[in-house]
Amino acid sequence: MSHQGYITTPPFSQGQPGMGGYPTGFSSATSQPHYSNYSGTGPSYSVGPTGPLKPPSSPHGPAISLGYSPPSPAQFGQTNLQNGLCNPGNQMPSYAVSSPGSGQTSSFQSHGSHPQPMSQNTATPAFTQQVIGQIGNMKISGYGSSQAPSQSDPSLSGPSFQPLFQGSQLPQHLPPISSRPTQRMSAAPVAPVATRFPGGAAPPATGMNMSPAGLNPGNVGYQHGVGQPPMAGYLPQQGGIYGGQQRALQPNYPGTYPGAPATGAQLAGPQQKKLDPDSFPSPIQVIEEDKLRRSGQLYATNTRGQVPPLVTTNCVVQDQGNASPRFIRCTTYCFPSTADVAKQSQIPLAAVIKPFAVLPANETPISVVSHGETGPIRCNRCKAYMCPFMQFIEGGRRYQCGFCSCVNEVPLFYFQHLDHMGRRLDQYDKPELSLGSYEFMATLHYCKNSKPPNPPAFIFMIDVSYSSIKIGCVKLICEELKTLLDKLPRPDEAETSTIKVGFVTYNKVLHFYNLKSSLAQPQMLVVSDIGEMFVPLLDGFLVNVQESRNVINNLLDQIPEMFAETSESETVFAPVIQAGLEAMKAAECAGKLFIFHSSLPTAEAPGKLRSRDDRKLVNTDKEKVIFQTQSHCYETLAKECVANSCCVDVFLFPNQFVDVSTMGVVPLATGGILYKYNNFQIQPDGEHFLNDLRKDVQKSIGFDAIMRVRTNTGFRATEFLGSMYMSNTTNVELAAIDCDKAITVEFKHDDKLSEENGALIQCALLYTNVAGQRRLRIHNLALNCSTQHADLYKSCETDALINFFAKSAYKAILSQPLKTVREILVNQTAHILACYRKNCASPSSAGQLILPEAMKLLPVYMNCLLKSYVLLGSPDVPTDERTFQWLLVASMDVGGTQLFFYPRLIPILKMDVNSEEIPAAVRCSEERLADGGVFILANGINMFLWLGLNAQAELIQGIFNVPTFAHINTDLTSLPELDNPYSKKIRMIIDNLRSQSPYSMKLVILKQKEKSEGILKQFLVEDKGIHGGASYVDFLCYVHKEIRQLLT
Amino acid sequence: MPPVMIRINDEQQKSSVTMTAYLEFIQQNEERDGIRFSWNVWPSSRLEATRMVVPLACLFTPLKERPDLPPIQYEPVLCSRATCRAVLNPLCQVDYRAKLWTCNFCFQRNQFSPSYSGISEVNQPAELLPQFSTIEYVVQRGSSAPLIFLYVVDTCLEEDDLQALKESLQMSLSLLPPNALVGLITFGRMVQVHELNCEGISKSYVFRGTKDLTAKQIQDMLGLAKPPKGVQGRTPQPHEHPSLSSRFLQPVHKIDMNLTDLLGELQRDPWPVPQGKRPLRSTGVALSIAVGLLEVSFPNTGARIMLFTGGPPTQGPGMVVGDELKTPIRSWHDIEKDNARFLKKATKHYEALADRATVNGHCIDIYACSLDQTGLLELKCCSNLTGGYIAMADSFNTSLFKQTFQRVFSKSLQGDFRMAFGASLEVKTTRELKIAGAIGTCVSLNSKGPSVSENELGVGGTCQWKVCGLDPSTTLGIYFEVVNQHNAPIPQGGRGAIQFVTIYQHSSSQRRIRVTTVARNWADAQSQLQHIEAAFDQEASAVLMARLGVFRAESEEGPDVLRWLDRQLIRLCQKFGQFHKDDPNSFRLSETFSLYPQFMFHLRRSPFLQVFNNSPDESSYYRHHFMRQDLTQSLIMIQPVLYSYSFHGPPEPVLLDSGSILPDRILLMDTFFQIVIYHGETISQWRKAGYQEMQEYENFKQLLQAPLDDAQEILQTRFPMPRYIDTEHGGSQARFLLSKVNPSQTHNNLYAWGQESGAPILTDDVSLQVFMDHLKKLAVSSAS
Repeated sequence: MSHQGYITTPPFSQGQPGMGGYPTGFSSATSQPHYSNYSGTGPSYSVGPTGPLKPPSSPHGPAISLGYSPPSPAQFGQTNLQNGLCNPGNQMPSYAVSSPGSGQTSSFQSHGSHPQPMSQNTATPAFTQQVIGQIGNMKISGYGSSQAPSQSDPSLSGPSFQPLFQGSQLPQHLPPISSRPTQRMSAAPVAPVATRFPGGAAPPATGMNMSPAGLNPGNVGYQHGVGQPPMAGYLPQQGGIYGGQQRALQPNYPGTYPGAPATGAQLAGPQQKKLDPDSFPSPIQVIEEDKLRRSGQLYATNTRGQVPPLVTTNCVVQDQGNASPRFIRCTTYCFPSTADVAKQSQIPLAAVIKPFAVLPANETPISVVSHGETGPIRCNRCKAYMCPFMQFIEGGRRYQCGFCSCVNEVPLFYFQHLDHMGRRLDQYDKPELSLGSYEFMATLHYCKNSKPPNPPAFIFMIDVSYSSIKIGCVKLICEELKTLLDKLPRPDEAETSTIKVGFVTYNKVLHFYNLKSSLAQPQMLVVSDIGEMFVPLLDGFLVNVQESRNVINNLLDQIPEMFAETSESETVFAPVIQAGLEAMKAAECAGKLFIFHSSLPTAEAPGKLRSRDDRKLVNTDKEKVIFQTQSHCYETLAKECVANSCCVDVFLFPNQFVDVSTMGVVPLATGGILYKYNNFQIQPDGEHFLNDLRKDVQKSIGFDAIMRVRTNTGFRATEFLGSMYMSNTTNVELAAIDCDKAITVEFKHDDKLSEENGALIQCALLYTNVAGQRRLRIHNLALNCSTQHADLYKSCETDALINFFAKSAYKAILSQPLKTVREILVNQTAHILACYRKNCASPSSAGQLILPEAMKLLPVYMNCLLKSYVLLGSPDVPTDERTFQWLLVASMDVGGTQLFFYPRLIPILKMDVNSEEIPAAVRCSEERLADGGVFILANGINMFLWLGLNAQAELIQGIFNVPTFAHINTDLTSLPELDNPYSKKIRMIIDNLRSQSPYSMKLVILKQKEKSEGILKQFLVEDKGIHGGASYVDFLCYVHKEIRQLLT
Repeated sequence: MPPVMIRINDEQQKSSVTMTAYLEFIQQNEERDGIRFSWNVWPSSRLEATRMVVPLACLFTPLKERPDLPPIQYEPVLCSRATCRAVLNPLCQVDYRAKLWTCNFCFQRNQFSPSYSGISEVNQPAELLPQFSTIEYVVQRGSSAPLIFLYVVDTCLEEDDLQALKESLQMSLSLLPPNALVGLITFGRMVQVHELNCEGISKSYVFRGTKDLTAKQIQDMLGLAKPPKGVQGRTPQPHEHPSLSSRFLQPVHKIDMNLTDLLGELQRDPWPVPQGKRPLRSTGVALSIAVGLLEVSFPNTGARIMLFTGGPPTQGPGMVVGDELKTPIRSWHDIEKDNARFLKKATKHYEALADRATVNGHCIDIYACSLDQTGLLELKCCSNLTGGYIAMADSFNTSLFKQTFQRVFSKSLQGDFRMAFGASLEVKTTRELKIAGAIGTCVSLNSKGPSVSENELGVGGTCQWKVCGLDPSTTLGIYFEVVNQHNAPIPQGGRGAIQFVTIYQHSSSQRRIRVTTVARNWADAQSQLQHIEAAFDQEASAVLMARLGVFRAESEEGPDVLRWLDRQLIRLCQKFGQFHKDDPNSFRLSETFSLYPQFMFHLRRSPFLQVFNNSPDESSYYRHHFMRQDLTQSLIMIQPVLYSYSFHGPPEPVLLDSGSILPDRILLMDTFFQIVIYHGETISQWRKAGYQEMQEYENFKQLLQAPLDDAQEILQTRFPMPRYIDTEHGGSQARFLLSKVNPSQTHNNLYAWGQESGAPILTDDVSLQVFMDHLKKLAVSSAS
């Protein structure tokens, strides 16, 4: 059976004609085929009817109906209204909000016992299983009241009826909202989640239902009438339908929807009032609540399948048999037992693995185990490494592999008796039997050519062409390297690093340097045979920093001078990488190249590139070309680099198009990074770049790595996404991997999983550490399995999901039209949510949007993802910028994608200057920017300091040491270090933000009402994007509509 | 002394010319014109000439040292006939009244230019004076380019070897003319071209040692972009853009400190050499780059590429042997068996390089110092074709190399470097003669003309040759063909004339033209054979025949060459010997031929034709020098000279015969390549006993010292410096002597002779006696 439509990957991996046909507009004509396609390939969908049968047993417990489902005739009318001519025949049920599960009664009970002060508003979603948004209602009510003359539809009568009806329902409506905790309590017997956090002040909600749908005027009418402020805020937004152009298009309302997802679709309902964004699930709220609940606590990994705290929450992890979430995060911690369930839900099963994640000082460092000369003990059949999942039997003489069930002999030296529980007596003495993450010493057998590896090398390759000299980065780099070389990564115990360094400068030709310590002066060796690059010297090229310190300094002093008068403007690029590669080959070592490059390599040489910044391709079927490399020579080079463990980092200083997608090929495949500094100038950008460089050089790193992910029978790793290379389907080859790189692994069923055994994952990474020792790092993780959708949904982690979606979608655009990719993402979102609705939620009005608690942020994050430059497809965005982001995301971990797609917007105004706390962020929407405020926005790559017009003088003075707003110099890239609480605090915040990202974010100061302020808008992701892209509200409405469509 | 004698010859008085007179005449001619003819009276018809066996040929030393030549600061006067362009010379008839002169080659009447208006019988320009049959013009045209020396240095050497080489090179900087341009290329696994003008960091361009590059690529890679294409092909203005090349070639006086340091820091090739492997040596590419560098920056300018190598090329184009030590470098045996897999390819590579170098007038020296072979066999063409030197020694740390290298930069009494560059030698003949070819360190310039013979001897088919590097002793063998028909009368005036015009760049970088015009009498071989016989120069003939033989040996099998040589000798004996048919004992040769068979005997045994006991490299080395040295040196090479020292009298030359090896003698043998001092058995015993230390045996001490002093004298002047061997009876090194002497006493005839004189040689080689017996037998045989 085809997996099409099951999880995202298959459609991504190749253009599926069926999927491609999915709605280009909202017309039923186009949407219908998709629907049928889906149901055709995934028959699961047809089992939908079983859903309603389940709620009684669902752990999601009671659902509360916030809205009311109007009688179907009325709904019909509404829909007609809403969708206009597009969906004339659509029988879509109305938007009336309802909730899954059995609900209402229990919610009443709970209301009685636990009044929830947060009540209806922003607080509710987190605590509630259901939030019911009634956007549609609002809109329709507005419509109804305005009596839009254009509407001659007979169904108008419907809306007019509804307000009354709806209003009457409202009393019922409110109590459930406030009754959330109780409701959860009542659900506790069926919801294991609740038991897991007995101490949690705010027990997790297991589901969340939301209905933005109801175009129910009555609701609004009632709310206003009753004068409930929270409710008033409920429905402020424009027409609750995807796309923000309703107003403009209102006159054309009866016309068809022209909108494609990218530009925002219009559900042309006229609306008078905005929906209240606060009524939608708020990422900030979710994050803050999770922090509140779990921050600073101990998280022990002893329980199989437990969902870890969010990435944004800081807690202490104690390894008790499963790998820390710092190393592995999964999209769900409860795998479906069968492929069918997985297929129905369409939830991707994936793990985001960051094998070298840095552990904070207060957590136990990774233990190292040696099994002697024979090497680590492994299962004979599947070669899994000894781990807590191995079951010792026969008195300890044998063990059964947890992955393949093969029974192996225990080697004599490893024998140990078992206790009455069948556990080895030394279980807690041996990390490999009691911990989720540990390292083995590798034997020679695990080394290249069975020889112990040589110490790794760092080679600094500096572009010294005219443009590079002119912007001054050469001098900057050389100065910095003098000190930076003392800080090369080193093994914990060592005083100095064993890493060797080498230097190359280049323009059209390459200059190598002989830095032998015995020389008084460095010697320059020019290689102009760029067609066939080679290393001109071996001895003296890669040197020990300490030994050759004088020669190196001499060289770094001379490089800027030597080329100061250069007029050579052409550069090469592929030969530079080749040179580094050859050097590593010759020295038989692994290592990393740091290439500092300024311009498009146009010199006649392999890998010569032409300028092809062709924005005409945007939004065409050829758009994927933008992300593809221009010269295949780079792909071959990348392969060779990986084979020889040569990692490549590129620092670009372009002042025009440099073809990032081509230049990024090698870094991407070798586990390197590409940094880009547009229009680099020493003054504003120098420090920013140096910080990046410092971080990059110093970060802990492993070389010559091979990663293998093993699973127990029933499922297997099928897809690997990240900054790496794969020459076959199982081995992830990494020239190098550092502490910031994450690899996303997707799993698929090939059989059934038993609930008893769960799903076991072992990630083994063989690598060479900075000391030149060969090690095996093992991460083990056990997940639950269930046949129930509900179990699956409640164990999901949206941040990891987004990480997976982002990486897989970004990969998909290489082969598929952007439009298709976007559609697949939206569809899958809708499917996931629809499946939940169908299988887990209690029966309720189709007009309700019901979101699972663990996934309630999925729409907002998904919208952010869709609005990212890469998936936006806007010709306004420079293609280099798009491809750059495309590369960035490739190696991001969960925290990285979370921050990148939903930036942190921190208000400075209200901060408590005396506390160490970082003020809570606010939602990324323009309306949160108060005139008098000062905000910091950071997404891991960029950082902005936004100053409101009416910012307090005191604050301005404190931060900038200038009297007024007007005096602030927006060219600053760092804040003055002033001795006052404001300055200290804000700098503390900035430092803190920077410390969390692998990139040193450049600080840009923006003043309200100044032209430059516009930059910020693209990061206010809940709003409509400046280059296109729907607002949160619009998107949510659209998704809801899709869900409804799927459910019918 | 004015050559009055020749004038008299006009009167057909040859009969009065005695043997002694001829010797004197030959000597005078050699001193004045640097020329030795095989025949000093020429047979007047083609048929007769071919019957003379030894062709009409000459050994010509173009730059024979002539301190007495006046500096002529004007251009030579040329015959106006376009096909002739002969230079005005003493043999031309001049009409002083009409101010006309008649070309003695084409009989064109030429008007003197106005600058010659003052000419008269009593006021003659130097070029018309008989004593200036050889004259040198200093030409002012063309700017004078400094000399260029490009060192190409192998770094795959042992540490002390490299050290010695570095010191030699550093020392050489002080010997170079201060304005000379010098450059440095080093090679090992890679090839580095060093930039010399950089302050601070020393900079070099590196090339892969395995990839051959075209001149264009080298030019691009070194950043030597030519100025916009002007006159392509012949761009004789290399100095319009001196800055371009100056990065790699700098005046010595500017960078000698810099270069000294650079040489001092020179490291051994840093690439590790695994056990059982040869170091990777990119000689082929290094030379290619050197040639290419000069080619683009200094075409048609005198330049010397000096290659210093310590082993065979082991990679890239021009590789001679693989890097596996277990595969030995090719031997003669391998070559005969066609088992030398790199030989042809490598030779082709180096020949192509040599061709390119000669086009631009650059010469290539090879200094090969290694105990094993270094690939001279393949490399030799670089020097052979360009006129460069080859020096061979065991190590750079020997005085053999050091002295030889130093001597390259020796100066004449006038303070000029004894080297010249980029010479072209043109030969003009009267119409009865045609030019068959030349043998020496030259290449053909492919200049066809009416005087070029269809029959080639040596490098033929041309009347012009290029000699890129030459010194005062560089000697070419030039072969002619008499084309006068048998029945045609003896040509007008009875004399044939030959003019040699050598245009070259003097070491002072002046452009000079040396013109030598010679004439010899014609004689009818039938009626005047005795004249011709009397005018036979057996020394010159031996050398000229030897050159022909060696030239053939390069392309033919050794035995074939020997057979050819034997046949020529027998025919000569038949032609000029006096004998009764079939009576060997009656065989007599006249005095002018008497030594010739003996020369041939030793030539047959010489390393120039015998490869036994010599590696291909050694053979190449010996042949190279044989092809460039003048007559005297060549004769020494063919038949080494042996001096005997004893108490019985002053040192005397003795026969190169085992009979000369006596116990109470000290022998000094000079083979050109070796100086051997051999102490006879008794002398050696005395020396061991230390008699020379005792006062009363002062005379013994003096006896011991005498050959040493004489040897020293030779060592001082010889280039290349010979290997100096001091040995005694029974010493292992005595083999150098024993292998050279005529084995008149061997283990085969020793007891039969039963003499106590002489020393038996353990060999199966035939002795001179046996050789002569056979020769006589064959010569008198009516069967042949």
